[in-house]
Amino acid sequence: MALSNAQAKYMTFGEAGSAVAFAGLAMFSIVVAAKAYTPEYAFHAYLFAAGSVAAVFAIVNRYFDRGAQAPALTIDGKPNYNMGPVKLATILAVFWGIAGFTVGLWIALELAFPALNFDLSFISFGRLRPLHTSAVIFAFGGNVLIATSFYVVQRTCRARLVGDLAPWFVVLGYNFFIVIAGTGYLLGITQSKEYAEPEWYADLWLTIVWVVYLLVYLGTLMRRTEPHIYVANWFYLAFILTIAVLHLGNNAAVPVSVFSPKSYIVWSGVQDAMVQWWYGHNAVGFFLTAGFLGIMYYFIPKRAERPIYSYRLSIVHFWALIFLYIWAGPHHLHYTALPDWTQTLGMTFSIMLWMPSWGGMINGIMTLSGAWDKLRTDPVLRMMVLSVAFYGMATFEGPVMSVKAVNSLSHYTDWTIGHVHSGALGWVGFVSFGAIYCLVPWLWNRPLYSLRLVGWHFWIATIGIVVYITSMWVAGILQGLMWRSYTNLGFLEYSFIETVEAMHPFYVIRAIGGALFLVGALIMAFNVWRTIYPREQLAGAVGMAPAE
Amino acid sequence: MSAYTSLWQRHWILERNSILLLIGILIVIAIGGLVEVVPLFYLRSTIETAPGMRPYTPLELAGRNIYVREGCYLCHSQMIRALRDEVERYGHYSLAAESEYDHPFQWGSKRNGPDLARVGGKYSDDWHRDHLQDPRSVVPGSIMPAYPWLFTTDLDFSHIAEDMKVQALLGVPYSDEMIANALADVRTQATADASDAAALAKRYPKAQARDFAGIPGRVTEADALIAYLQMMGTLVDFKLYDDKANIR
Repeated sequence: MALSNAQAKYMTFGEAGSAVAFAGLAMFSIVVAAKAYTPEYAFHAYLFAAGSVAAVFAIVNRYFDRGAQAPALTIDGKPNYNMGPVKLATILAVFWGIAGFTVGLWIALELAFPALNFDLSFISFGRLRPLHTSAVIFAFGGNVLIATSFYVVQRTCRARLVGDLAPWFVVLGYNFFIVIAGTGYLLGITQSKEYAEPEWYADLWLTIVWVVYLLVYLGTLMRRTEPHIYVANWFYLAFILTIAVLHLGNNAAVPVSVFSPKSYIVWSGVQDAMVQWWYGHNAVGFFLTAGFLGIMYYFIPKRAERPIYSYRLSIVHFWALIFLYIWAGPHHLHYTALPDWTQTLGMTFSIMLWMPSWGGMINGIMTLSGAWDKLRTDPVLRMMVLSVAFYGMATFEGPVMSVKAVNSLSHYTDWTIGHVHSGALGWVGFVSFGAIYCLVPWLWNRPLYSLRLVGWHFWIATIGIVVYITSMWVAGILQGLMWRSYTNLGFLEYSFIETVEAMHPFYVIRAIGGALFLVGALIMAFNVWRTIYPREQLAGAVGMAPAE
Repeated sequence: MSAYTSLWQRHWILERNSILLLIGILIVIAIGGLVEVVPLFYLRSTIETAPGMRPYTPLELAGRNIYVREGCYLCHSQMIRALRDEVERYGHYSLAAESEYDHPFQWGSKRNGPDLARVGGKYSDDWHRDHLQDPRSVVPGSIMPAYPWLFTTDLDFSHIAEDMKVQALLGVPYSDEMIANALADVRTQATADASDAAALAKRYPKAQARDFAGIPGRVTEADALIAYLQMMGTLVDFKLYDDKANIR
């Protein structure tokens, strides 16, 4: 009014509501902790309580520190991007990557030298293996996807991220889920559904985080000042939406009690198997493929400074990919008690899936048309292009392995492990590293510390991947052949344990490959650290390049 | 723009409206899952009629929960495929009916160790004890971790009746009588020469009752796990099972 006190500061509805909700969660968690059936569950309840109290504190503290006005959507006509959550997710991705690769190396060594289990429950193979897969897929991959999607959606929409607390809630809440899931595995809290191990309360928490993620993402799309939604965003949107559907379908469970960590999945037996691999294969299809294709569609054109090779190809392969992927799950269940009709459908669609997969590969690699020379000078671009090549290789191998006759040999063997890792290390890993090497200089407004170190990372990790996947090919095919080998008299030639003993040299070689990949990632971590915190801050006026 | 609108331009509708794009994606991803998953719930041929199937006893269920907790499925499948070498190595191929009451299923996807679908009765309790304590004492080339803590940890079965109630809610045929006797049944099954073993066997045909872990006076996690391992694949009598009867 007349006083025109423009500086009057009020807590927003979002801030007050979130603080009250977290305070309520803290109190509820303490009650649960007190009445928990197991000490492990009580520990998790206390973690929830501590996290909630920290959230209340952070919200209130932030309220006192912030200005009276909400951050401007634009400054001088340019979008005022919200890059804080992107920065945090980028750093967390590097951290979880190192952690996940290290655990992977450890369990690889456990298979070669079982004494490394040390007779301790929390580091036995069965508990560490989900820690490895979740750390690399959901912690490393998830943070890369959150960071890049929040970056790309702002840039390509020319709009600030929707929400004030919400983007922070997505990053912090997601990483809290990772902590609950990971510590749970070590303590023996798991529902033992592959790649969906976290128990019901972690799943509920992830559902809340994921819905907020979808809303922030969708809201930012709706706020865009560009007429068209850029292709990378189609893939990110399909990834976020489909993962929500899969997560809800596969984790439908009834807890024994609110005071118990244990739940029972609603589905059982053959139906549960189908639902699980509908989820499991599309965790690959949408988390590890669609999401990372979103990265490819932004970062490769940007880095190569060339437009996407074919707009029409991107339309065709996008819709074909998301339509066909969903059908592919039953190829994980060939010759099992799943009905034949379902197996055959799964195999048929898996073979068809080869085409849209290669559509994406062609669109990514051919984007370098007219810029091939950059492969010689830019190791970051080289990394991303090799990742797309690995994507092409893995998505050719996948359809081959989905053929029932091939699968009868490859299933249950290390061939599957090798196949997964040519996708995971080659495609997901390298495209993520490439995106991180692009993002860090852009976000912190500094040149990358060392391109030479990127070159070292590239070669060490590439050799590691090749060593890894070739050893697993040999191991898998050898074991598959040994299992089905007959003597002249018509008896099975090898006992099971003989086929296990034959794996030893390959398990050692695989561990060497994994170690090389880890060394590469450590070089990256050093490079990122030195970029963010340069050894000597240059005095005086530094000619920092603007990020635009 | 010309009067003729190409298909590529029609795609602009989706590129310019995030909600339509969202709905389009939802429809496209829904089809495959619906076609493959939904019929499995109503096609009668999906799950065979197999004589002998029953729910797990409370002790076996507790043992299965330990199997789930330790992530055994990461190295051991419970699914014998209908292939000659598998049937000769492990026994009759697995039926869908045999995991009908498994919440969740534990078919597995990798065999770092052998399939366990029919491991029940294949080895003695003694062998399982030694093997879980120190796998390489009985199988020198084994790469399995040892599980000594199973023998030192008493089984917490105080809430097992609640577990069975949840399973009953999900369709596992646990009767009120089974749930009411859950605690007593755990003790009975884990005890050698228990007086009420007959009542247990009546509720759960073929249930084996003895001191599985060989630690008298205690019910340890090893008792539960070995009880579970020893019943795996033993329920269906394949002398009576008629595989032609399921062709519809």
